[in-house]
Amino acid sequence: MSQIKSFEDLRKIKEDFGKRIQFREKSFDPSKVVQIKVGFGTSGIASGAKEVMTFLRDELEKRNIEAVVTQTGDMGYSYAEPTIEVKLPGQEPIVFGKVNVRKADEIIERYIKNGELIDGIIPVNYHTI
Amino acid sequence: MAKYRMHLLVCGGTTCRSSESESIRNALEESLERNGLENEVKVVSTGCFGFCDKGPIVKVIPGNTFYIHVKPEDAEEIVKEHVLNGRRVERLLYLEPEKELLATGSKEIGFQKKQIRIALRNCGFIDPENIDEYIARDGYVALCRCLTEYTPQQVIEMIKKSGLRGRGGGGFPTGLKWEITAKVKSDQKYVICNADEGDPGAFMDRSILEGDPHSVIEAMAINGYCTGASKGLVYIRAEYPMAIKRLRIAINQAKEYGLLGKNIFNSGFDFDIELRYGAGAFVCGEETALIHSMEGKRGEPTFKPPFPSEHGFLGKPSNVNNVETYANIPVIINKGPEWFASIGTEKSKGTKVFALAGKINNVGLIEVPMGTTLRDVIFKIGGGIRGGKGFKAVQTGGPSGGCLTTRHLDTPIDYDNLLAAGSMMGSGGMIVMDEDDCMVSIAKFYLGFTVDESCGKCSPCRIGNKRLYEILDKITKGEGTTEDLAKLKNLSEVIKDTSLCGLGQTSPNPVLSTLDNFWDEYVEHVIDKKCRASSCKGLMKYVIDPEACTGCTACARACPVNAISGERKGPHTINQEICIKCGTCMEKCKFNAVLLQ
Amino acid sequence: MELVKLTIDKKSVEVEKGTSILNAARKVGIEIPTLCYFNLEGMNIENKPGGCRICVVEVQGRRNLAPACATEVTEGMVVKTNSTRVLNARRTVMELILSDHPFDCLVCPKSGNCELQSLAHRLGIRDIPYQGEQSTYRKDTSPSIIRDVDKCILCRRCEMMCNDIQTVGALSAINRGFMAVVAPAFEMNLEKSPCTYCGQCVAVCPTGALTEVDNTRQVISALADPTKTVIVQTAPAVRAALGEEFGLEPGSLVTGKMVSALRELGFDYVFDTDFAADLTIMEEGSELLDRLTRYLSGDRNVRLPILTSCCPAWVNFFEHNFPELKDVPSTARSPQQMFGSIAKTYFAKKLGIDRNNLVVVSIMPCLAKKYECQRSEFLTDGNPDVDFSLSTRELANFIKLANIDFNSLPESDFDRPLGESTGAAVIFGTTGGVIEAAVRTAYELYTKKPLPRVDFEELRGLEGVRAATVNFDGLELRIGIAHGLGNARQLLEEVRDGKSQYHAIEIMACPGGCIGGGGQPLHHGDASILKARQKALYEEDRNKALRKSHENPYIIQLYEEFLGQPLSEMSHHLLHTQYFDKSTQIVIE
Repeated sequence: MSQIKSFEDLRKIKEDFGKRIQFREKSFDPSKVVQIKVGFGTSGIASGAKEVMTFLRDELEKRNIEAVVTQTGDMGYSYAEPTIEVKLPGQEPIVFGKVNVRKADEIIERYIKNGELIDGIIPVNYHTI
Repeated sequence: MAKYRMHLLVCGGTTCRSSESESIRNALEESLERNGLENEVKVVSTGCFGFCDKGPIVKVIPGNTFYIHVKPEDAEEIVKEHVLNGRRVERLLYLEPEKELLATGSKEIGFQKKQIRIALRNCGFIDPENIDEYIARDGYVALCRCLTEYTPQQVIEMIKKSGLRGRGGGGFPTGLKWEITAKVKSDQKYVICNADEGDPGAFMDRSILEGDPHSVIEAMAINGYCTGASKGLVYIRAEYPMAIKRLRIAINQAKEYGLLGKNIFNSGFDFDIELRYGAGAFVCGEETALIHSMEGKRGEPTFKPPFPSEHGFLGKPSNVNNVETYANIPVIINKGPEWFASIGTEKSKGTKVFALAGKINNVGLIEVPMGTTLRDVIFKIGGGIRGGKGFKAVQTGGPSGGCLTTRHLDTPIDYDNLLAAGSMMGSGGMIVMDEDDCMVSIAKFYLGFTVDESCGKCSPCRIGNKRLYEILDKITKGEGTTEDLAKLKNLSEVIKDTSLCGLGQTSPNPVLSTLDNFWDEYVEHVIDKKCRASSCKGLMKYVIDPEACTGCTACARACPVNAISGERKGPHTINQEICIKCGTCMEKCKFNAVLLQ
Repeated sequence: MELVKLTIDKKSVEVEKGTSILNAARKVGIEIPTLCYFNLEGMNIENKPGGCRICVVEVQGRRNLAPACATEVTEGMVVKTNSTRVLNARRTVMELILSDHPFDCLVCPKSGNCELQSLAHRLGIRDIPYQGEQSTYRKDTSPSIIRDVDKCILCRRCEMMCNDIQTVGALSAINRGFMAVVAPAFEMNLEKSPCTYCGQCVAVCPTGALTEVDNTRQVISALADPTKTVIVQTAPAVRAALGEEFGLEPGSLVTGKMVSALRELGFDYVFDTDFAADLTIMEEGSELLDRLTRYLSGDRNVRLPILTSCCPAWVNFFEHNFPELKDVPSTARSPQQMFGSIAKTYFAKKLGIDRNNLVVVSIMPCLAKKYECQRSEFLTDGNPDVDFSLSTRELANFIKLANIDFNSLPESDFDRPLGESTGAAVIFGTTGGVIEAAVRTAYELYTKKPLPRVDFEELRGLEGVRAATVNFDGLELRIGIAHGLGNARQLLEEVRDGKSQYHAIEIMACPGGCIGGGGQPLHHGDASILKARQKALYEEDRNKALRKSHENPYIIQLYEEFLGQPLSEMSHHLLHTQYFDKSTQIVIE
């Protein structure tokens, strides 16, 4: 990793990162990549986020779905942990709450594969800067 | 499996039962079926949208159409008009009060902007273990600009202008604090991050450190630049392993990128950060106690002045700020102090993160602009009281805050208003109570916390809080006297007036505010020997309803202390003098004749 | 000097910047009550944790009340020390403190001398409205000190003494909130801690939480036993302080009355530890000269500087903290133990009685002496050289118990032979005294010339660490003096690191030396009392006919009849000792 010494260096990382998100691996078709973020704060982990994350990573690969699963911090919906955010290509991200393995399976089968929404969506009720 | 062309999102589901969302859902499904659309359109229950006073809400996707105050009988119209004919049902659309305009997309609806995330901007958005994601969100730009474009004093001026005040609870102007530390001359200074979050139920700082550690690191470096400190220390509770892990990873990544270390951004500025672990003592959130703990001494406060800005860690000038305060700094630099100051009230700028807890539907972490009312927080964002019960009080400011009531619901939240109302901002704990909560017991609960967490250094806090607790305990047991009420008041005031540190100076707040706002309840406990919330066991009694009693004698036979008497086939009675309130009679009675009053 | 003007209770006052409200108020005759605050002025011993909150006052413009002891004055400050708000707060705080304090004043060893008791009296507390649970802890008894921490009010004076002044670190606050208490680490017993028994914690404790082990009853029993001959020795610092317990001015010398009192109490012989102090000088001074001459003749294995060893708390201190230096201090026993050793051999033989029938009692300004006389090195077949050690305070109580009107007693003189002493021995009781006494003798033994002047002003004073050079007829003898174990630690670290410039160092554990010992009448933070006691000892020295230890005729006689000469085999056997490594690893059971 090279050192950052200027504003330009920062901007380069920002740009590279944007590209990397889109083409995480060359074989990926950006229009098909599903992006999933798992709320991985203490509350999320305590309610089972780890299990959900492993399940999603394993199953998406098994089921041949091109997806990127990453961790993120607490989304704030403590009443609905674990929470995950799923972004289908070209669509607004959707947050699902109270996700366990069964629900994760349902999300893959119904939402990711078919675009069918399922119960337990959490409407994003804040603006972020 | 069918591909749906449309989704109807109905709010509620698990939480919002009071607003008929179940029946709306059913009505919509029935209507879809009637119109043969069940394989094309799907009804989905969602979590709370965060504006329950406009509920129930139905959102149509695609199109982001947003209907409010929907009733079951509106279902047919929505399905026929919107789903079948693609025409919006105008009368159900939200009308924004100020603009008198019809809003269609939920994103444009004003009341949805109740929450603005500044401190939490990256929480739940980026991967906290990847510095590139932080940089992709303009991370370290603020540090870069400070080091290359501004003098320390210019940065301090920006922070001062932004109106940012300490988010740990004290509300001291951050820019001023930095300026004081900057002015003290010393060969070594320290920048300290107070991550000793200790309020029961609060996890604002933990979430920031877990979700966005770089924002704190960046801000500490900026603080170091401003105050002339080359060393940063994060005092963090050892009970936050995930936050510690992420912080460590983040520090290492920042070092690898040269964003910490020597000659950052070729500016000649050196800065490094180390972690110090706290053992979980509440009082170590007080800055002098925190510093003593970091020095390896007993974590107890000392008299101020001297303030840490002059005489801090190892006797050197030290600037102590809380996690959330730091998380705001890069944004102030990037978006400008004017932008930041445009949010909030006259004397409290920006936003505040709260951990909503208690008898509220949407327990969780929220961030609202200063000046948002308690009503908005509780009923809009928080989704109202669980189980449709009545709101009774909200406790802000952690264990040292006060209990506010319906009277205060429309008070805009800021440092000064909360203080004036007899509570305080604190670090951001917010616990909601409903009609089932006994306010004497609540005061006792908080006192119990301070009694455990007092360091024991000064007598009013060490002994006074214990005595306060004992008096409250006596009252909840039904043994209180009117004299005790006078004692509570005097003792609370003296503890507040004479304690050494912030802990003791605020610990009687739950008592004083409940005495103020729920005096009747205290009087009931003491004189009528009644607890209206039915939560004080000592004040409850088991009685037999003579109408319902069949005289089967099952209770009398089961009573371990022979407190129940009565003729066979005649109504029985419980002798309250003898009764030990074990509840066996109630269990044994097959006719629900035993009541708890 | 910057001056600050302020108003206290409508009186205007001008004081130096940095002055506390408490001291500014004193300047205009307003005495704000305090409890935890403690200040031995001029000795760098101050305790102001701001913990008790008794001294709170109202400062205009401040949200809450301010502790007068810890709040510095500012220009234009307006202070009220007796407003209704202040009086109510002060009373309530006091009632709270009392609500967690045992109500056994009548049988408390501190009764009548308790700062909490006097304060309750001064504040006119007549009942305790806030009753509730009281903290209870087990009592901890060590050979010297009893901890009854139920009576602890957490003023933290003991902690300040133990950690900041003595750097012993045996006592510190542990636990939180209502359970907070001052105790050794892990609540272990004092005996297992690195406590040196210096007793400075006892000397500053405002209540009965820290007191000495009382051995008076054992002494009474021994006196009542017809088969026993009971003799007593009195340490030099006792005579300069005992009078205070009987209402006399600090610094009143009561040697003669004390001797009369001891006779009235029934002691068969009243002797003087000063005799043994002279003996100590003979041995220690000779040891110094021996090491010095060996060093000067090129022997580089000689350990210099030599350190004095008459203070038992100091001995405990280096055994715990500097065991690697245990061959540096003089091997000479303390005067108390030399006395006991000689009494139970030489004097018992003179009387023709068995040592088991001779009971030696010592009157000491010290609590560590109680421990010292129990050390196994100082027992012969289980019989201790010194049987019981009483503190100055215990002796005063004993005198009162025996219905003796101390102040009207006639003056009388010590018995012979173990009661004769020189001025050199008297000044053992103050910091700098031992080394001055040693110099007086060593000079004459080394130079074989009479001393041109007896008084060594350069060795006197109350500064914590002092240095002086004495010319031994061409040989520049460099001398260091430390009192207070924290100061001793500084000098000891230099010795450990091989950086010490001194040939000889005198160390006393207690600030001021024995005059400020843990067994002395309580000074309650008045440093002028220590100065008066010191002055009294130098005065007694000046008034003595003989002022050099080697001139004591009974010492000369003792060597002639019994010991032979200093550092002889007999001396080594009876008057010298060895030290042990007591550094401990703390094992949590």
